Amino acid sequence: MLELDGVTLSRLLTASTLIFHVIFATIGVGIPVMIAIAEFLGIKRKDPHYLLLARRWARGFTITVAVGVVTGTAIGLQLSLLWPSFMQVAGQVIALPLFMETFAFFFEAIFLGIYLYTWDRFKNRWTHWLLNIPIVIGATLSAFFITTVNAFMNTPQGFDIIDGETVNISPLAAMFNPATPTKVFHVVTSSYMTSALILAAITAFIILMKKGTDYHKKALRLTMTAGLIFAAGTALAGDLSAKFLAKEQPEKLAAAEWHFETESNADLILFGTINEDNEISNEIRIPGMLSFLAGNSFDTEVVGLNEFPEEERPPLWVHYMFDMMVGIGMYSLFIAGLFVMFTLIKRFNEWNKLLLMGIVASGPLAMLAIEFGWIYAEVGRQPWILRGIMTVDEAATTSSSVGIAFGLFLGLYAVLGFFCVRVLLKMFKDKPPKAELEKRFPGGRLDGL
Amino acid sequence: MSLEVAGITVLWLFLYGYLIVASIDFGAGFFAYYARISKKEHIMSKLISRYLSPVWEVTNVFFVFFFVGLVGFFPDTAYYYGTALLLPGSVAIILIAIRGSFYAFGNYGSKNSTLYLFLYGATGLLIPASLSTALTISEGGYLREDENGVTFLAGELFTSPYSWSVVFLAIVSVLYISASFLTYYADRAEDYDSRAIMRKFALFWGAPTIIASLMVFAGLRSHNGDHFERALDLWWMFGLSLVFFLIAGYMIFKKKNYGTAFLMVMLQFFFAFFGYGASHLPYILYPYITLEGSVVNETMGMALIIVFILGLCLLIPSLYLLMRLFLFDADYVKGKK
Repeated sequence: MLELDGVTLSRLLTASTLIFHVIFATIGVGIPVMIAIAEFLGIKRKDPHYLLLARRWARGFTITVAVGVVTGTAIGLQLSLLWPSFMQVAGQVIALPLFMETFAFFFEAIFLGIYLYTWDRFKNRWTHWLLNIPIVIGATLSAFFITTVNAFMNTPQGFDIIDGETVNISPLAAMFNPATPTKVFHVVTSSYMTSALILAAITAFIILMKKGTDYHKKALRLTMTAGLIFAAGTALAGDLSAKFLAKEQPEKLAAAEWHFETESNADLILFGTINEDNEISNEIRIPGMLSFLAGNSFDTEVVGLNEFPEEERPPLWVHYMFDMMVGIGMYSLFIAGLFVMFTLIKRFNEWNKLLLMGIVASGPLAMLAIEFGWIYAEVGRQPWILRGIMTVDEAATTSSSVGIAFGLFLGLYAVLGFFCVRVLLKMFKDKPPKAELEKRFPGGRLDGL
Repeated sequence: MSLEVAGITVLWLFLYGYLIVASIDFGAGFFAYYARISKKEHIMSKLISRYLSPVWEVTNVFFVFFFVGLVGFFPDTAYYYGTALLLPGSVAIILIAIRGSFYAFGNYGSKNSTLYLFLYGATGLLIPASLSTALTISEGGYLREDENGVTFLAGELFTSPYSWSVVFLAIVSVLYISASFLTYYADRAEDYDSRAIMRKFALFWGAPTIIASLMVFAGLRSHNGDHFERALDLWWMFGLSLVFFLIAGYMIFKKKNYGTAFLMVMLQFFFAFFGYGASHLPYILYPYITLEGSVVNETMGMALIIVFILGLCLLIPSLYLLMRLFLFDADYVKGKK
């Protein structure tokens, strides 16, 4: 059997926690926005369909929130348990956003609790809708604060190290480091997009199974329109992120693009294979495109990996992660655009079977793109945990029990994943929307408006 | 007040908050499971779920807040506790994870699953037991530091009478705090059957908390004599704790003022908890980490304090709203809303 050292095991455990947590974190950031939109439309148009939509999404959301909360607690503690030396140093500089994240989450948790149990408690439905605001703000601020910490690991600033002492600390400079704007923008838009597409995929699946009603058609129109807007935002954020990397963290972009020589008019390489001598074959090559993406001009000089010592280069397989992330992003934009176009142009039928199948695929694909993107973001920073300052090897715990912990957590995630899916399926199977609609809004009437 | 004292006071307050709300929650899990197996479910489970459903997430945040704040204010704690607590910490996280998710699965998904309820009830007693080991470790003697780094001496911990007395105290406190709260909640809900059951539990688990506290004192005396001496200097805090315990017990026994009685229980634990915490100082982890030696740089410390104050301005009204809607709204408590 493969003998794994403590650092590798620490990385594997952190990776498995993050890969599992990010599914729920992404949904946790994006779904509140979708619920808020649906409830808004429901009240505005006096349409029970949208109100029921908000209500059912919220009910499913509670399950994923629970898993998100507990896995978030896990990663919060694992940062200290697995990377004690990192937290000891980073804590001096970047503790502020971590601390603020708990406040944001606290705020969200309180109002989510109120929101879920007060659907019929207020005379005016808008009062209940207002509860969405702190939830959406809390969820998005959580993403913002945590992402600043991740950005800080990529482009640390706001302190000096003199004789091993951390001095001249500026918590705000550390938070608003160069990587923060593009990273936050990309994380937030992609979370919104993925959440919209997952809800769309579920709806499209039901319509394909011939169980669709007006309720589902409205849901699909809503989710796909939102999905299109968020996908466009994600594409813009992705483009800005690439430009940021070219400027501030060139080795990360170069590793993703298999770009070795610093040059202008650099080619964009899609997929392909690479051998030990870094020779690339089977690739799709777009001349000059990398330069264009890095700086909006074919003359932009793009720094290559050869500028960096071998031991400071990220592994080259991140190229595939990057390409798949971008590929899926493009697909999402395309499929959402197609559906919306078909809706607008009367001649086309937006309930076309092939199109619906494409939408069903877009949900899981978008989540995969989130995973690929985060793997790229983390592995592309290697060997650093704090770029230029501390490597992952220096940061890892010296404890000998990481292997056992890894096994325990893998088991936990398997159990949580299994039961989460099972409970969600059961929850909606037992209560089809048609029956619930009749029960909550007899005769399609809305009270209290 | 110096930065480090302000920091640790804030953190200790949050840990106290967690102690109270989490105890209610942990104990409620145990009572809910007890009700299921003793076929009294129809009486109690409704009451428990009405209270717990809206607030369980908030409970978890108190805890997250504490450890994020601890690492923020005292980054050295990340290094020592991080290395030492990998295994016990992981076990605690896994228990918390199982508890939180299966609560949601059971409550929003399949309401009748006895398995989910069992996991929920059992973890409620195991979590305080495993979390309390962090406090035990802080007394020193369970870690070794040499050139290879910090090692956790698990064997010492598991064979230490002091460690077991703390575990015992943690579990009985959970049941006692939870029972006193649920007695009050049942009273507000005018659910007299549940109130009778919970009142019996509150009376039953009261004395063991005092016995367990005395055992912890005895254990501390032989384990960390200095801490014990400092605790004796603060005898009046523990004395007040006992007074509040007696008042609470008297009120519950006399079947009156359940709300005030629960307030007395809170004060009982407030004084004991702060007496323990104050006498623990200047050490956070004996003998490796002291308040002054491990405090974060001044800039970050000030930033954290400012954020904390701003955060409280946001949280207190929100928490008030939550409590007004679910805790102090008589119609909601009675199940009419």
